[in-house]
Amino acid sequence: MNDNVKAFVTEIKDFKNSNNGSMSGINIAVKDNICTKGIKTTCSSKMLENYIPPYNATVYEKLIAAGANIVGKTNMDEFAMGSSTENSAFFSTRNPWNLDCVPGGSSGGSAAAVAAGLADMALGSDTGGSIRQPAAFCGVVGMKPTYGRVSRYGLIAFASSLDQIGPITKNVSDCAKLLNVISGYDPKDSTSANIPVPDYTKSLKNDIKGLKIGIIKELIGDGISEEVKSSIKDAIKLLESLGATTEEVSLPSFEHAVSAYYLIAPAEASSNLSRYDGVHYGLRIKDTKDLLTMYYETRKAGFGPEVKRRIMIGTYALSAGYYDAYYLKALKVRTLIKNDYDKAFSKCDVLISPTTPTVAFKIGEKTDDPLSMYLSDIATIPVNLAGVPAISIPCGFSNGLPIGLQITGKIFDEETIIRTAYTYEQNTEWHKCKITKL
Amino acid sequence: MKITKKDVEHVAKLARLGLTEEEKEKFTVQLSNIIEYAETINKLDTSNIEPTSHSIPMSNIFREDKMKQFEDIESIMNNAPDKEDNMFRVPRILE
Repeated sequence: MNDNVKAFVTEIKDFKNSNNGSMSGINIAVKDNICTKGIKTTCSSKMLENYIPPYNATVYEKLIAAGANIVGKTNMDEFAMGSSTENSAFFSTRNPWNLDCVPGGSSGGSAAAVAAGLADMALGSDTGGSIRQPAAFCGVVGMKPTYGRVSRYGLIAFASSLDQIGPITKNVSDCAKLLNVISGYDPKDSTSANIPVPDYTKSLKNDIKGLKIGIIKELIGDGISEEVKSSIKDAIKLLESLGATTEEVSLPSFEHAVSAYYLIAPAEASSNLSRYDGVHYGLRIKDTKDLLTMYYETRKAGFGPEVKRRIMIGTYALSAGYYDAYYLKALKVRTLIKNDYDKAFSKCDVLISPTTPTVAFKIGEKTDDPLSMYLSDIATIPVNLAGVPAISIPCGFSNGLPIGLQITGKIFDEETIIRTAYTYEQNTEWHKCKITKL
Repeated sequence: MKITKKDVEHVAKLARLGLTEEEKEKFTVQLSNIIEYAETINKLDTSNIEPTSHSIPMSNIFREDKMKQFEDIESIMNNAPDKEDNMFRVPRILE
């Protein structure tokens, strides 16, 4: 089956785990930017094609301690930069619902593996939507937890102030179970939150009576396709019929979120990726005349076009004379976005919107136009900039391709998101839809 | 801001990033488009707005400055592109 979908960079057969725990007997796929000791971790990049980490990511250790059976490392956009998994240096992963379409990205391999039944659950990482967007495109559940909820130790860094690891699962119950395992403070990640973690399975309640839901005005208007809009409107009606009250809320700063993100994330990436210089690990182009040439040639050969593009944008935005106009300005826009969320959450418990403006697009459709690819991240990007948690759950189909509903919550309030998502799921049939041919 | 090929070459040098001629041409157009789009944020008045570099309020985290021995040096050195004993070998820096 994997031959069609191409979800894995490395498949693992006969994984041995004698631990007993909540993940015993469960097949889990892990995105290939999460370090696994002794198992290749490539970031789908030529730069790390043969890299074997000397240590484990904290989330991976937690999976092993909980008894998980690891089935493979999943394909992704190189260094998690992309929205289609076409930026993998190795091959493109395909959408199990329609093999001519992208699975989304950057955690496309993880989402496709769960959708195709190649894994029961998966881990992804989300910097601007990289868990939620592929979950939406593949008809599965994907959550980006609050920044700091899950340790980033051993997650190969893209943009450190935005990156967060999270679950990709078939349903909301599994999402809560996996979130229970991976959450919590980690002394090895000083940005992880040192606060108690609730039992998320206790939020699996079919009850949203009295819940106040905000509908994000900026994400149900222009630029959102008609079929997505109509599915979201149906979801709103259903949530109202289940006892929630809804009101439209405006977050005007969202207009500038994509701009701010595509300055901040590349700026952080250009700094994080400076470590790939051919000295300690990864690719090195040999026999160069001096050290400087080795850097240039190694980075030229090791990075693909999108990674180079982002290093260029980020370096430009941070360079002398442009720092204030681009990077600092973007950080101020980030404050405005955070303020807009604070205002919306002063009267709402959760916010809803589509996860993506359209359903999955065709392979090759956007590869020549990076800006149009970036603009498709409009609904997911503000969440990372503000650090809040959000989930994508299936809420309909268009031409046989899944549509995702995004539910965003307050900082460290994954519980209300899970309760809302679970209630919606228990009163709909979308998550039961099966892929009939592969 | 229109980005010229010269800008692209300058930024690539700052990033120690080798580019092919084709990439330089392509990036000149693509970076111009992306930066021009991103510049729309300049329409916003942010004169009294503090920048946010980190979304969750956080203060400095301190710990003891104590060395811990990594237990598996061999697995680190196995990733080295070029090595001698437990050292990384690089091309000559000084003439």
